[in-house]
Amino acid sequence: MIQVVCIKQVADTETRVKVAADGKSLDPAGVTWILNPYDEFAVEQALRVKEQLGAGEVIAISLGGAGVPTTLRSVLAMGADRAIHLKADGPAPDSLQVARALATEIAPLGAGLVWLGKQAVDDDAAQVGPMLAELLHLPCVTVVASFELAGDRAKVEREIEGGREVVEVTLPAVLTADKGLNEPRYASLKGIMAAKKKTIDEKPAALGEPNLEVKSLALPPARSAGRIVGKGIEAVPELVRLLREEAKVI
Amino acid sequence: MSILVFIEQREGRVRPVSREALGEATRLAATLGGPVVGVCAASADPGLAALGAAGADKVLLATGPRFEWYDAEAMTAAVVAAIESLEPDLVLFAASAMGKDLSPRVAARIGVGLASDCTALTPQGGTLLASRPVFAGKALQTVRFPRKPAMASLRPKVFATITREGATTPVERLVVALDAAPSRARVTSVVAASGGKTDLTESEIIVSGGRGLKGPEHFDLVENLAAALGATVGASRAVVDAGWRPHADQVGQTGKTVSPKLYVAVGISGAIQHLAGMSSSRCIVAINKDPDAPIFKVADYGLVGDLFEVVPALTEAVQKLNAHV
Ligand SMILES: Cc1cc2nc3c(=O)[nH]c(=O)nc-3n(C[C@H](O)[C@H](O)[C@H](O)COP(=O)(O)OP(=O)(O)OC[C@H]3O[C@@H](n4cnc5c(N)ncnc54)[C@H](O)[C@@H]3O)c2cc1C
Ligand SMILES: Nc1ncnc2c1ncn2[C@@H]1O[C@H](COP(=O)(O)O)[C@@H](O)[C@H]1O
Repeated sequence: MIQVVCIKQVADTETRVKVAADGKSLDPAGVTWILNPYDEFAVEQALRVKEQLGAGEVIAISLGGAGVPTTLRSVLAMGADRAIHLKADGPAPDSLQVARALATEIAPLGAGLVWLGKQAVDDDAAQVGPMLAELLHLPCVTVVASFELAGDRAKVEREIEGGREVVEVTLPAVLTADKGLNEPRYASLKGIMAAKKKTIDEKPAALGEPNLEVKSLALPPARSAGRIVGKGIEAVPELVRLLREEAKVI
Repeated sequence: MSILVFIEQREGRVRPVSREALGEATRLAATLGGPVVGVCAASADPGLAALGAAGADKVLLATGPRFEWYDAEAMTAAVVAAIESLEPDLVLFAASAMGKDLSPRVAARIGVGLASDCTALTPQGGTLLASRPVFAGKALQTVRFPRKPAMASLRPKVFATITREGATTPVERLVVALDAAPSRARVTSVVAASGGKTDLTESEIIVSGGRGLKGPEHFDLVENLAAALGATVGASRAVVDAGWRPHADQVGQTGKTVSPKLYVAVGISGAIQHLAGMSSSRCIVAINKDPDAPIFKVADYGLVGDLFEVVPALTEAVQKLNAHV
């Protein structure tokens, strides 16, 4: 079975956000770029499925700028077989643009499973997975916390408000991974060496018209500096009074 | 001009997040124009007429066995049918588990952009600006919709509901053509979280515990305070990773984003990834023995002290208060 994993290169979660001169995007100066944390779970699950089946191919695909091959290489080092880099410089495309470009590339591959992260930690959109499924006319299960493959179907669980939904999905399907799906492996030295010989195909991304126009990116209004009510149990009555009379929350 | 609101229901109950979306739709209708129309897909009417009181001027209802459980493909067909018949200028969803799964699919089918997890919608000169936290809440992005309909999902607990005392709304049948083939992604069961506990994202008050509690056996301190406050228990990632609490309890970047009216952080340092999940809470209380803990920077009320002394005292004080009213 062919499996595709869509991965995104994002700014490290520790990044201090600085707005670029255009007032609309992240200033890339000094940013460390990493594989989107949720995409690690997606990569790991695809590799486990391949191991379970004892055959198949895992193709990593990423749309983005000139830095993307570094992240693709790290996914190849984890064990993916080959990679595709859809080159797109310029302003960050919106989720539907990304989904369309990915769909164009993925449709002819005949994948049994297409994996994504539940959300990219930069735009926090959580959109590309279901959009891609819609464009590929495939079923989709998002925010997957457990996955069991049996023949041409899979039993998956996803967290919902107040519980878990158990879903039976028929392949081919699109799945988005949540934290807790698995424990992603580290690339071994052997894996890193092997990755150097694997291919990354480069192609221009087929980005259509934008579907959202970014007007601005701004730092959120700082929370007004809080106050220390006091120290130790002596301060408890005052805290309770403030919560009741000032904040009116209890 | 009209605004379409997806009405989410589970097991015959309209979910509170949909009332929040109706509240916001009603406020927007005052400037953008109405009516506010709901669309719901269910195996039976979950009491939709009562949504008039929450702001709906009309509700479209699609019924059928495919709608007994959440089914993304069938629900997409229902919402798209409503969009095609109503031609709304704006479509709203809740950014709930269901809304987050469904809304991108609908947007892709219609071919428009979607602003997800919005915390504000602002009409401006005939268009709509949507504000949404990005980079885990470290920045706020504002977007515009170049085409109609505009589509947005709303962060739970951020938008106020409205009440139109006693109002009811007409419920009209929506016919949806579904293919006879069974669903390709079928919900076979829903396993309720232990104790039927309220989900963190829908809680009014949350008390979260961190590594400062020293061990899972001390979480009863947090649980007792939560019980006194009528709150839901949350946790930092450190204690989830340590196996003291389930992942469903985790607040933060890789856990849940919550906006309760009161968030109490007990023995939590306030790492940037934790703040990402709770800094939009209305009122934040921090209890920590380290006066320099970063959590105090976002706390409205900080209490410096040993949680093992402070938390039981606070629990007792709240219990006393409850006994008086
Ligand atoms: C990619 C990524 C994603 C992450 N996602 C999340 C996430 O979703 N949620 C999250 O929470 N974290 C997340 N983290 C982890 C985060 O960086 C912190 O490690 C974590 O939040 C720390 O948890 P803590 O505050 O409970 O523990 P600590 O940082 O160890 O803090 C414990 C606090 O307890 C206080 N304390 C100790 N004893 C007492 C006492 N007796 N009385 C009062 N106070 C006391 C200490 O002063 C200290 O401030 C993530 C990290 C990464 C890299
Ligand atoms: N530029 C991209 N290239 C490849 N995959 C992407 C890209 N952007 C998003 N994805 C995938 O879609 C998931 C959700 O992203 P988002 O909808 O942006 O939150 C990510 O976790 C990735 O798996």
